[in-house]
Amino acid sequence: MTSILKKPSVLPGFGLTLGFTLSYLSIIVLLPLGALIAKAGSLGWFGFWDAVLTPRVLAAFQVSFGLSLVAAAINAVFGFIVAWVLVRYQFPGKRLVDALVDLPFALPTAVAGIALSALYAPNGWIGKPLNELFGLKVAFTPIGIAIALTFIGLPFVVRTVQPILQELPPEEEEAAVSLGATRGQTFWRVVFPAVLPALVTGFALSFARGVGEYGSVIFIAGNMPGLTEILPLLIVIKLEQFDYAGAAAVGTSMLLVSFVMLLILNILQHWMRSRHAR
Amino acid sequence: MPANATASALSDPAWMRRLLIATALTFLGLFLLLPLVAVFAEALRRGVFAYWVALVEEDALAAIKLTLIVAVIAVPANLVFGVAASWCVTKFDFRGKNLLITLIDLPFSVSPVISGLIYVLLFGLSGLLGPYLKSEGIQIIFAVPGLVLATIFVTFPFVARELIPLMQEQGSEEEEAALVLGASGWQTFWRVTLPNIKWGLLYGVLLCNARAMGEFGAVSVVSGHIRGYTNTMPLHVEILYNEYNFVAAFAVASVLAMLALVTLVAKTALEWRFGAELAATRHK
Repeated sequence: MTSILKKPSVLPGFGLTLGFTLSYLSIIVLLPLGALIAKAGSLGWFGFWDAVLTPRVLAAFQVSFGLSLVAAAINAVFGFIVAWVLVRYQFPGKRLVDALVDLPFALPTAVAGIALSALYAPNGWIGKPLNELFGLKVAFTPIGIAIALTFIGLPFVVRTVQPILQELPPEEEEAAVSLGATRGQTFWRVVFPAVLPALVTGFALSFARGVGEYGSVIFIAGNMPGLTEILPLLIVIKLEQFDYAGAAAVGTSMLLVSFVMLLILNILQHWMRSRHAR
Repeated sequence: MPANATASALSDPAWMRRLLIATALTFLGLFLLLPLVAVFAEALRRGVFAYWVALVEEDALAAIKLTLIVAVIAVPANLVFGVAASWCVTKFDFRGKNLLITLIDLPFSVSPVISGLIYVLLFGLSGLLGPYLKSEGIQIIFAVPGLVLATIFVTFPFVARELIPLMQEQGSEEEEAALVLGASGWQTFWRVTLPNIKWGLLYGVLLCNARAMGEFGAVSVVSGHIRGYTNTMPLHVEILYNEYNFVAAFAVASVLAMLALVTLVAKTALEWRFGAELAATRHK
């Protein structure tokens, strides 16, 4: 029985660790997620789509996915520049800057949320000059949400691109140059294609994180239904109205989209590996 | 081709270097450094005394205590799980292993709010197990057990995710040698495996703890926001902020920000000191 499922090993503890891992995983992750899907399923096929396809939910989908896309694009550009500067150049304080990049991973989201909202409020350090000079309002508008999502997603791009840039063999660039390529040609034809898969992965991770993000967004968003109301907030609102099935339906539809994104991510990684093997 | 032409084609011109460094530093300064500075500036806006008063206030202390209680339960639970899961996944070959690894990573791709919602749907009053729990007099949602469960869920993959690539790279030769020389399974684990993985383990625990103490969305859903009873520090920050008590909100937030800074320093120190040993982890 075991021999079909598992290759023989002299090490002990297979039954113990697998048993513990599966029980813990089931109790903490699988059973509760099952409860979510069961609750959403209790609405029935049509009831489910009735709960999801309302104007307010669709608007929240648009806000969450659209602005996460914007933030991920900003992060792809600036995250790449940050990774490039950290790998290729020397400057004073570089190690400090490198450590600072992980701040959004370490700083609690609620803290980031109130800090950003204080900075970009109409009387804040950044919000005030922007408002007075350009008449631009950031806090309590979609721009504010995009800024919070940029903050949250930045390390994903930097930390996926950085190791790939670091391991790029210098021989490839030297070869390109010795064959007469200019610096620009070398970058766009040799360096960039090698880094692109990592950049896409970082973009996708930053995007996925943005869609689910709650704490850093709600303080700066203004939370106007249809305009600056994100999906996770809508779930909280439905819960507060005791609409458990509705909350479960929105949650399940979000999870479905997350699964699809995870799948795309895995395919991209697979594609990256097979390209490297070539 | 002359040597200096090759060199100039291999490195960027000075103006571009300066431009890119300036762009990167401006971006990081605006997006990362300034919010961090703002937390402390806002917290100290009314002076050190007001800051201190906000921190030693009764509800703030209760929130700090609750945050510590939740972390003290959730982090060790995920530590034991992480070690067991990594042992199982890296020391043996079995069917469905990749599926198991994917499932372990699953909580990272679930929105924090959904991570709280699932426990409400399972243990809440109108949840699947709600009526049974009520008849037994057990309260999970809007109580400490719910906070712990939601925290365990959001920090679930941290330790396993650090250990799996590390143990994969280290292989099983040393453990096999110990067993052949007559060590028992537990002796092998304590004396061979654990010393090999300790820094990676610490690294994972560090990240797990930072998230456990700072989690907001998931605990917000299961907490019920009962002041002094079910408010962790991040939830207390939200309540104070929504009451326009900004100095107090930022004072409590500054404690969390300091925790984040300590985590970053410890993490960076580990990476510098044991960079080679952690390399397997960081390339994942």
